[in-house]
Amino acid sequence: MSVTLNRIGLQRDAYKGAATTLCAGCGHNSITNHMIKALYELGVEPHRLAKMSGIGCSSKTPAYFVETAHGFNGVHGRMPSLTTGAQLANRQLIMLGVSGDGDTASIGLGQFMHMIRRNIDCTYIIEDNGTYGLTKGQFSATADIGSVQKKGAVNTFQPIDPCAVALTLGCSFVARSFSGDGKQVVPLIKAAIAHRGTAIIDIVSPCVTFNDHDGSTKSYSWVKDHEESIADVSFVPFFEEVHVDYEPGTVRDVELHDGSHIMLKKLGEDHDPKDRRAAMRVIEEGRAAGHLVTGLLYVDTTMEDFASTEHIPDRPLKDLGEDDLRLSREDFETFMSEFA
Amino acid sequence: MTEQIINDLTIQAATVNGSGSQTANLVLTRAIFRMGIPVAPKNVFPSNIEGLPTWYQLRITPAGHMARTDQVDVLVAFNPSTWRDDLKSVRAGGAVIHEEAFSNADARSDVTYYPVPFSKLAKSKIQSDTLRKQLANMIYVGVVAGLLGIPWEAIEHGVRRQFLTKPKAVQVNLDAIKVGLDYWQDNFSKTDPYRLEPMTGLVEGKVLVEGNQAAAMGALMGGVTVCAWYPITPSSSVCEYLIAYTDRYRTDPATGEKRVAIVQAEDELAAVGMAIGAGWAGARSMTSTSGPGISLMAEFAGLGYYAEVPVVIFDIQRIGPSTGLPTRTSQGDIGFAYTLSHGDTKHLVLLPGTVEECYEFARDAFDYAERFQTPVFVLSDLDLGMNLWMTPAFKYPEKPFDRGKVLSKADLDRLSGQWARYKDVDGDGVTYRTLPGTDHPSAGFFTRGSGHDESARYTENADAYARNMDRLSRKLETARAVLPAPIVDETSGSSVGLIAFGSTHAAVLEAREALAAAGRPVDYLRVRALPLSAEVGEFVARHERVYVVEQNRDGQVFDLIRLDLPGALVERVKSIRHYNGQPIPAIAISEPLLQSEPVPA
Repeated sequence: MSVTLNRIGLQRDAYKGAATTLCAGCGHNSITNHMIKALYELGVEPHRLAKMSGIGCSSKTPAYFVETAHGFNGVHGRMPSLTTGAQLANRQLIMLGVSGDGDTASIGLGQFMHMIRRNIDCTYIIEDNGTYGLTKGQFSATADIGSVQKKGAVNTFQPIDPCAVALTLGCSFVARSFSGDGKQVVPLIKAAIAHRGTAIIDIVSPCVTFNDHDGSTKSYSWVKDHEESIADVSFVPFFEEVHVDYEPGTVRDVELHDGSHIMLKKLGEDHDPKDRRAAMRVIEEGRAAGHLVTGLLYVDTTMEDFASTEHIPDRPLKDLGEDDLRLSREDFETFMSEFA
Repeated sequence: MTEQIINDLTIQAATVNGSGSQTANLVLTRAIFRMGIPVAPKNVFPSNIEGLPTWYQLRITPAGHMARTDQVDVLVAFNPSTWRDDLKSVRAGGAVIHEEAFSNADARSDVTYYPVPFSKLAKSKIQSDTLRKQLANMIYVGVVAGLLGIPWEAIEHGVRRQFLTKPKAVQVNLDAIKVGLDYWQDNFSKTDPYRLEPMTGLVEGKVLVEGNQAAAMGALMGGVTVCAWYPITPSSSVCEYLIAYTDRYRTDPATGEKRVAIVQAEDELAAVGMAIGAGWAGARSMTSTSGPGISLMAEFAGLGYYAEVPVVIFDIQRIGPSTGLPTRTSQGDIGFAYTLSHGDTKHLVLLPGTVEECYEFARDAFDYAERFQTPVFVLSDLDLGMNLWMTPAFKYPEKPFDRGKVLSKADLDRLSGQWARYKDVDGDGVTYRTLPGTDHPSAGFFTRGSGHDESARYTENADAYARNMDRLSRKLETARAVLPAPIVDETSGSSVGLIAFGSTHAAVLEAREALAAAGRPVDYLRVRALPLSAEVGEFVARHERVYVVEQNRDGQVFDLIRLDLPGALVERVKSIRHYNGQPIPAIAISEPLLQSEPVPA
């Protein structure tokens, strides 16, 4: 059997991780596989990847892909701050954060919002199942109003929609998808990595144990019946040529920072991914119609990422030594004398 | 006229917060320092932007005592709302400069009054409407200069130094001071005993530095590259000074590139999270906060300890549980910081006792953090951090950075990729790490705050957990012997000893002089780090009674010391505590000590 190598000469297996300890059928496992496929096909160098997470089922998943990369499973809801610090220490790293709906929309909502506000260069994936799995099935803040818990309790609170929150804050990349829709998830992950800035992908990812029943709006059957993709997504990496074989006017092409392209083929109504208000409208209209709108909702490739705004050099700060960081003897003497 | 008192007095200026009085106070301080006279200023300010009372105490002693004192010799009364109480604080025979409009009809007869029409002088003599309020304070500097005989040259120096970056402001301020000096010369003849005279011997080569400036300089020279913080009194100025210093010394003038990242975070949780993320990725990182911030950082502190991530955390202590008194000092966080976080967490804590140590410990904290791969706390306080202290100029660091046990690509090649993140290869509890970005297939590992084995893999295995915790204890033992050792002075030959730490040092020095003069000399050990050095127990063993002096209610270090002692020695240790938010005066040590240890007849 011949083995296919990617552009940096690695097999797909090089992007695998430890065996999953999540439930069989968990949507998160599918996302892990999408991640492996995306990273392999992009040819991401494992040593440049930093896998970041908080606490929860979702946050365990960075152990299940690219085992040779560094990972940091921190504290609940605080992945954004760890990611921010690591990014500043070393701009060469590819920051890939995996979070959940509890981690992002409840305990970590503040950090999630402030990371977006700063436009930290990272991919931020929310594995969104509307429930607290590890603590056995409580509602999370993304659960829709009226949705029913396994034991029958009805959620009486408005959901927090991470995509709507991100759009409100001016997030530079906002997408939604479904764990069962690899055709869409994989190019979105690739585009998020190619994007320089905070790229949010809220991926509805059913919890087979606690939230896959009738009355849930995060179950496989509900999402399959209600998903409405706004465009077919394909991704052309910077190291491949763009072949245009679509009819003119049917495809929107967005060039990303590294020269890659994300191509969006119109399905129904035309959506301009550079129009933030249109993205909000699409979400609101979808919600009103009882649909789960998926696809690339918004992208802004003009916004500077945080490290650029802060004039952080490309050379990692972690590598700077005494000569870069200490004052010279002369400067030190002068400085000290000013306190006399 | 009574006998003259030369270079030995305390001036207290009672003013209104936000009125610009601090500039006048600093000019006066620098002018007197310029005369070669030791100065020890203490700023007592409210948690308020404008309107509440504030006091500035400027202590002047020929011996260079730097602790606060309760005694006021010269009062400058500017604040009508506190005038009655301020007047009561003056010692008998003291001098009182006050706004003429304040009534002293029912006031004391044992002080000398110098009423000055400050408001009228400001209105008639200061032309600028916009600057009048600020410059009115400068008039008092001129009156004090007249009263105490401060030469004009020293005043000019003080003003120039204070307005180093605003040279245009020098002349208007000098003019305002001249208004006060002229008023003094035209209206008063001196009847109080206080005078200043130039002196030599104690001030040469010294500088005036705030502890927070010193800490920022230490961080700068210690090679900090990522700093995340959230504003809080009294710690904010650490990072604000660091911003100023790095703007000046870490910015490439050609490209604007900065060799540092300083982030004002959304809260203290994010601040310490960013610092830990940066430390994990290999940067020298820090955060700075005070009590409430330390509380918020507790969970992350445990992650730093258990996942073994270097980070430096400054705690500039203020007093009180909850919000407490945000602008008053204490040493009340030490017990909490030492074990900050749940579940058998223990940290390395540095306890600077002088501003010079604020600089040195801040600088070296980054070495300790990377060497021991753990959070290092630097516990200063408001008194040390926000007041100016006379200090020898700081020394240029002679040692290179200690980046700790970090395996490079070449190291991993040499080891054929065989290594384990939490394996105690050297037996000192300190293991090897790799940094993200290391281009070797064996470099990566998964850092986690959950249970892990030697190879950093998830485990709930009982033995693996206990083994790892034992290794972390071993690491703490290694650090115990490496952190700054106590400074011991047993020259008194006494069977009684004092133990203190941090900003209490200044008061201890003065109290020891007073005790020796009273016939009760005492030995002294100053703790400079936690975990406690073995020398502390040895010091106790060599003395019959040892008094632990600290600025908190519960005797937190007193407790820590007794916990570490063999049972037979525990009873030897006594406690002296001061916790009203004001910096401890020497008398708060010498008086209780003399009560417990009367001088033999």
